[in-house]
Amino acid sequence: MLTSTNKSRPVYPGLAPRPFAQRHLIAAEGEGAAAVAELVAAGAADFAAKASILYTAGASAPSDPAGRLGALGADSLATFPSIETLLFRLDAMLATAGMGTALYVTGTEGFIGRVIALAAGHGIDHLTIAAEHRGSLARRVQCVHCKGFTENVTTSVVACSHCALPLTVRDHYSRRLGAFQGVCVNAEDPSEAPVAEEVFR
Amino acid sequence: MGIAFRTETFRDDFTFRNSPEAVRRFPFPFHEDKYMYAVNIEPHVPGPKGSATEFALDVDEHYVSELADRALVLKDDPLRCQSLPHMITAEWDFLELVMTSLTRDYPEHFALRQDGDRWHWTNRPLGIAQAFTFGDAATLPQGPMEYVGRQCQGDFCLLDQRDGNLWMDAGIITCQADWSLDFDIGMNFMEWHGPVPLAHQMGVFERALKFLLNLRLGQPVRRLNWTMTVNPRLDTSPENYPKWGTDRTTITPENVGSKLHLRVELQGLWRLPRSNAIVFSIRCYLISLDEIATVPKWTRRLARVLASLPPELAEYKGLTRFRQTAVDWLSARDDGAPTSAGCGPE
Repeated sequence: MLTSTNKSRPVYPGLAPRPFAQRHLIAAEGEGAAAVAELVAAGAADFAAKASILYTAGASAPSDPAGRLGALGADSLATFPSIETLLFRLDAMLATAGMGTALYVTGTEGFIGRVIALAAGHGIDHLTIAAEHRGSLARRVQCVHCKGFTENVTTSVVACSHCALPLTVRDHYSRRLGAFQGVCVNAEDPSEAPVAEEVFR
Repeated sequence: MGIAFRTETFRDDFTFRNSPEAVRRFPFPFHEDKYMYAVNIEPHVPGPKGSATEFALDVDEHYVSELADRALVLKDDPLRCQSLPHMITAEWDFLELVMTSLTRDYPEHFALRQDGDRWHWTNRPLGIAQAFTFGDAATLPQGPMEYVGRQCQGDFCLLDQRDGNLWMDAGIITCQADWSLDFDIGMNFMEWHGPVPLAHQMGVFERALKFLLNLRLGQPVRRLNWTMTVNPRLDTSPENYPKWGTDRTTITPENVGSKLHLRVELQGLWRLPRSNAIVFSIRCYLISLDEIATVPKWTRRLARVLASLPPELAEYKGLTRFRQTAVDWLSARDDGAPTSAGCGPE
């Protein structure tokens, strides 16, 4: 489901070291830990010494079971109990980030979207952010009716976690919101009983 | 002289109707007996006297009632009007375009006095008189785009141009055919057209974007788009889909003539002088099948267009539930005679 004919559907080219960056700011969630290890391995000898890693286990993996991140020798490694707390720290770091800082993000799509939306608030163009999808295909969905967000959606149809309407999850994606669009599936005939299929495992 | 404005509704009791004159000037969108996407952009030059394209911005008999409906939508959902902070110059450009166009083309209804930056605006149909300083948003009751958007029929998007693309960074959208400004704001041209089927593969959007990036000041362009709407409802937003979606199951052979409406969008695009942004206007015209049936050529042509529409397009436009009923009703009034070329009623 990572390919789509919908042109608003993001693609994530993957993490590659930015050789001329003065600072590597890396936000990782869940199984993104493995992508960070590969990124550091692919970088120059001084890559780790210029790297700050922010990690949370998030929803898609228990933690960094192999302890790979600690062994990378990064200048700093901070581990957070949730995506929200990681974003709070990242927000502060971006506020003081200097010229030549490269931003990398890896993990589930909902996490990537939230980091890119946060960075946009600091004037960082999404095209300059290296992103790699790892882990579950679960989606972050915004209900177009009540505007509430539902996290870790693996099915279409899904009940909105705010207004409870049954939502079809479209491929239409808003970078500003970091979310896919959910639209009521049986608005035309509420007597139709929607069937939820697991499509974003 | 001047336009006789109707008092009518676009919700609840749906008293909207077209006068016989409004039917004759309806911007019928089909120039032949079939339909497929095309980059059907043409210069927005003055059309025939009395037509919907005679002037830059068309004001018609529905003006007062349409803007009353817009006010109701905005009261219910303020997110239908949004503007990102860097769009304020484009907002003033847009205000200038609307005020100067309306006063030039409808002097009996609108007036604008300009003394340097000190402007005085009069809108007689809506009973508005406003002195303000051009460029100083604090002198208007709303932001410039919202202020003037509440006084001009049609939805408006302001498109910023950068990085070889157009970005939908502001808009006032209350009579949309099922798309969400709140969701799409900040998207580029390819992204906000993402859900449209078939056209991407045909290269339609690449060509349209290339054309629009080169749009020149003083040389606006236009195109027509269309869909169908049950009941003359302007606000067919995705936000309110649970409120109007059930309408689509109510069409019967008995009521299709009065209930089902052809919905035509006259879309105009203007380059703006200070911001280099583009105004994208989407003006909605509604006409019932009963009203179309007063024009034999349009009846024949719509019957044939609907019958031959590709299923993906019918699905995307939301016509699937009632298309056959409409085709049957129209075809019964189609004598099989050839239709003349062009969109006009004769």
